[in-house]
Amino acid sequence: MFRLQTENINIGYGEHLIVKDLTVEIPDKKITTIIGSNGCGKSTLLKAITRIIAHESGTVILDGEDISKQDTKKLAKKMAILPQTPESTNGLTVGELVSYGRFPYQSGFGRLKKRDYEMIEWALEVTGTIEYRFRPVDALSGGQRQRVWIAMALAQETEIIFLDEPTTYLDMAHQLEVLELLQKLNEEQERTIVMVLHDLNQAARFADYIIALKDGQIVQSGNCESVITHNVLKEVFHIDAEIGEDPRTGKPMCITYNLMKEEKQQ
Amino acid sequence: MKKETKTSIPFRYKMITVLLLFVGTFIVSIVYGAANIQVKDVWLSLASNAEGSDISIIREIRLPREIAAVFVGAALSIAGAIMQGMTRNPLADPGLLGLTAGANAALAVAIVLLPSLNYFGTMLACFLGAAIGAGMVFGISAIKRGAFSPFKIILAGAAVSAFLQAISEGIGIYFNVSKEVSMWTAGGLIGTTWGQLQIIVPFIVASMLIAIGLSRQLTILSLNEEVAVGLGQKTAQIKAVLFVIIILLAGAAVALVGNMAFIGLMVPHIVRAIVGTDYRYILPMSAFVGAILMLLADTLARTINAPWETPIVAIISVMGLPFFLLIIRKGGRAFT
Repeated sequence: MFRLQTENINIGYGEHLIVKDLTVEIPDKKITTIIGSNGCGKSTLLKAITRIIAHESGTVILDGEDISKQDTKKLAKKMAILPQTPESTNGLTVGELVSYGRFPYQSGFGRLKKRDYEMIEWALEVTGTIEYRFRPVDALSGGQRQRVWIAMALAQETEIIFLDEPTTYLDMAHQLEVLELLQKLNEEQERTIVMVLHDLNQAARFADYIIALKDGQIVQSGNCESVITHNVLKEVFHIDAEIGEDPRTGKPMCITYNLMKEEKQQ
Repeated sequence: MKKETKTSIPFRYKMITVLLLFVGTFIVSIVYGAANIQVKDVWLSLASNAEGSDISIIREIRLPREIAAVFVGAALSIAGAIMQGMTRNPLADPGLLGLTAGANAALAVAIVLLPSLNYFGTMLACFLGAAIGAGMVFGISAIKRGAFSPFKIILAGAAVSAFLQAISEGIGIYFNVSKEVSMWTAGGLIGTTWGQLQIIVPFIVASMLIAIGLSRQLTILSLNEEVAVGLGQKTAQIKAVLFVIIILLAGAAVALVGNMAFIGLMVPHIVRAIVGTDYRYILPMSAFVGAILMLLADTLARTINAPWETPIVAIISVMGLPFFLLIIRKGGRAFT
């Protein structure tokens, strides 16, 4: 069963379609990763599914109903989105920012209730950000800040979480830290996670399901063994990749690659 | 890891302090002026039916004038805070983004076309003008994609303001109504009457209450628009309502006092330094800090060169310009 899917969606303006006639199903309670070259429509697709941008035609269906017909506040209780590198937060403290994750559950002036406090505590705890709760978000390092934003998405208490390049600007250790946190949430709490990643080896290592996009259309989707292959990477990224096996995880990995030289000469 | 605790003072103590300061400033502004007045008479004029020349100066001249100062300060500050939050632009201000210039131009047109217009009509003209001014600035900024950067909006605001100001002055000269027009644009709070207040103040109060009711939405919106949508905010509706509120507040302020830049720019920055980034605190606090600033400026306007009045606009600009430059120096980005 798929709770979430798109049916023939087109995204873009008039002639300039970024995503064309795309039908995709997001497996429940799994980690799905979208890969593709710059400008292929990965982020655009993520934004359309989460109703941040409108789509031209087609439908995004969540729980059997078109999301554009669903109440946006109710949707916010089902899915959370962490946009790409949110900008400065102007002196907001970590605790305050995470508490905004409770926005869809509040009404009126927004007094926090017991359940809200519990969820905020839990989100801070599980992301390891509780020790900086009174510090301004802007004063934290990139990795810490990213975890704070993830904490806000977690406080939203949704079964589906979308993340647009959650590892950008992080060093290798912090990248892994964020991805392991997401994996833990998926395994322990059965959350559905959908993210855009640039690093193919990270996608192979953490994703149950990979969608490879090119020019707004799917080249290949499926488990990592069927997507991280020489031919798919050639088609998607225009690279000549050497695929091996990760000696620790057994997953496919891109060991080295070159640009497709022979085609350039043509 | 050592445990950190919250150290800041609760909002209510800050609010009480500002309220006391506000009451103090209000009394000072009534006592000091061209005519020497005893504190006792202030009390009598407010709390009794006693008669006397000083008492009637207070009741008929100073009280309406200072009440106007309070509401103009509050309206412009809240409008500025909303604009800064909505556009995530620390330089936003009703006076700098064409709203007050638009209201002024509409006022000039109204004086020529409908010379017998009452206060209510004048105010409506100001609302319309403020909307046109803001529409022009955002329209020009929106022509190019991604052009909503702080500085581009300010440039568009400066250009539109200059254009609208030229229109006001042109109308004034051509139709020989310069005196009437400049009575508003430079006249400040001189001659504010109870009648004017009765019509305009309810609009300001209603707009402020709606704004404070939406303050939580504004905080979310000020973070990042995508985050706001993701959290389930109906951003288009919220922005439309906030836009109308800004127009009402700026238009009402112009109908009372004329052109007044910088108040809406300065006050939210001062307030953020005190209460942080949550608009549930910023908006009410801005109203009072704005009122205090206007009262002080008006008291100065009446006293530094008594018995002649110094234009309050000049005093506010002298305070505001260095502030503006300071924010520019911080890169037009930093909010605190």
